[in-house]
Amino acid sequence: MSRGIRLKDVTNEAKLLLIGIPVLIWTLIPVYHMVLFAISPKDSATSGRLWPKDPTLNNFRIVFERKHFYLDHFWQQLYNSVFIAVAVAVLTLFVATTAAFAISRLRVKGGRTVMNLALFTYFIPAAFLAVPMYKTMGNYGLLNSQWALILAMVTIASPYCIWVLKQASDKLPFELDEAARMDGASPLQLFRLVYLPLMVPSLVAVGTYALLLAWNEYLYAFLLLSNDTQVTLAVALGNFLAADDSPWELLMATGLIYALPPAAIYYAFKRYMVSGLTAGAVKS
Amino acid sequence: MSSIATTIDASATGTASKSRPGRWQFWGRLMVVPYLIVFLVFVLYPVCYGLWLARHPQSYVHLVEDPIFFRSVVNTVIFLVVAINVKMVIAMILSGFFVQTRWWIKILSGIFILPWALPSIPTILSVRFMLNPEWGVINTTIFNLTGADGPNWLNDPMLGLSFSMLVHIWKSLPFWTLILVAGRMAIPAEQYEAASVDGATSWQKFKFITWPALSTLYVTSLILSMIWTLGDFNSVYLLTGGGPADLTHVLATLGIRYLRLDQVDLSMASIVVALPLILPLVYFMMKRLSK
Repeated sequence: MSRGIRLKDVTNEAKLLLIGIPVLIWTLIPVYHMVLFAISPKDSATSGRLWPKDPTLNNFRIVFERKHFYLDHFWQQLYNSVFIAVAVAVLTLFVATTAAFAISRLRVKGGRTVMNLALFTYFIPAAFLAVPMYKTMGNYGLLNSQWALILAMVTIASPYCIWVLKQASDKLPFELDEAARMDGASPLQLFRLVYLPLMVPSLVAVGTYALLLAWNEYLYAFLLLSNDTQVTLAVALGNFLAADDSPWELLMATGLIYALPPAAIYYAFKRYMVSGLTAGAVKS
Repeated sequence: MSSIATTIDASATGTASKSRPGRWQFWGRLMVVPYLIVFLVFVLYPVCYGLWLARHPQSYVHLVEDPIFFRSVVNTVIFLVVAINVKMVIAMILSGFFVQTRWWIKILSGIFILPWALPSIPTILSVRFMLNPEWGVINTTIFNLTGADGPNWLNDPMLGLSFSMLVHIWKSLPFWTLILVAGRMAIPAEQYEAASVDGATSWQKFKFITWPALSTLYVTSLILSMIWTLGDFNSVYLLTGGGPADLTHVLATLGIRYLRLDQVDLSMASIVVALPLILPLVYFMMKRLSK
């Protein structure tokens, strides 16, 4: 009897491993390939080996020292990516928090309509809004200015943030607001002293979401910016594709540098991200 | 001390608070203004302007006459039907795997989320290099093993589109699996235990417990995934660039292609043509989420 159970346990574990191992390989192949390229010397990167004969960090040195014409503006572009991502996160947090507070806590008239407008925006596929956005930025005279990208990304990021924040703030007890009102708190005091401190976990989730969305964006960045000193690292990576004989090992090294910060941020705030993001989609 | 201060404060403002709603409404309106400005200036105006650019019937004639447009529509439909269903079915299966409590599955789920956490560009370009016919690791391996040259993967439209779909699945599978895992966690464990006592097979457990509990979530995810996949520019553009000979474009990349060729009216027309497909999905999602 007990042997039967143990045998059943073993087959069960084996079945799980039979799923787990392919999942692991499938997930890691493109990532591992990227790392392999980044640490391979130029001429041995394409040898088809599973591990390079002489792994090197030389590619990263070339990138940091900008020793290739694709990398002339590497540091500037890295700074651009950071600046734009932070600006988008800050502006999105401002726009989304005020809107969610007004709709959920102040029960502003027409709040439902505003929420629906935001949801509608959230459901426009980003690639379809890109063309009109590009023409509009041209009309506003913002093309080739980083503000065009920042404002476009705030537009794309804020609807989801408003929705998540509204869901979260609807859960706060209304007695809090009433108590604050009885104490003579002004709406701004309620916002600053009661609302914001209670919303910190959701604000972290939403801010991280906006930050990563802006950092990772490629389509809008390459449409709205064109000057080499203004583009983000994402666009710079895409520019490597312009020629067939691009230095792949440098592209992969740069790509790895570009991919690490969002991955690190994601894992650091995973706790908030997962609950915030899944709560958004799971509600049915 | 402070409680006394509070009561005094409350009684002092007690009469004033009756007239407060106006003030609270005023602040409410003021605080939705930033978002309303964003919406008017960067959503409403662009959408209206875009529709205005797409007003010429001639644009649609040109569009229909363009063989690339027809091909893109077919590709988009293939992409939606195949990629999304494959992705969601795998996500459903894997969600059953990831709810198992094992220390190594916990670690694996942390790794599994990587494609979602990493930006698209470096990872998709990495796949593109793997598939390079001359130097890519896949054809190098084929050559080392068999001595024969491997196929020119991305030069075949059907293979190119298939790889775009694979890249899309690779990137978004973790997210949907996570969503379905969250859905499965909400199912009470007693139901499964009771079913086990009654001798139910795992298929019966899925059919009578898991699926009824998850079907709404599954359909919502399917619709949301359709909307997002329609807007997936990166998986096609960064892998195949729409080539060879513009045969792997989807609607998301076609609009950008026209834009780069300076045919803005065609670009907008190609988006307007997709609206009958998108708007019902958007309507469905808004009804579901605005409850």
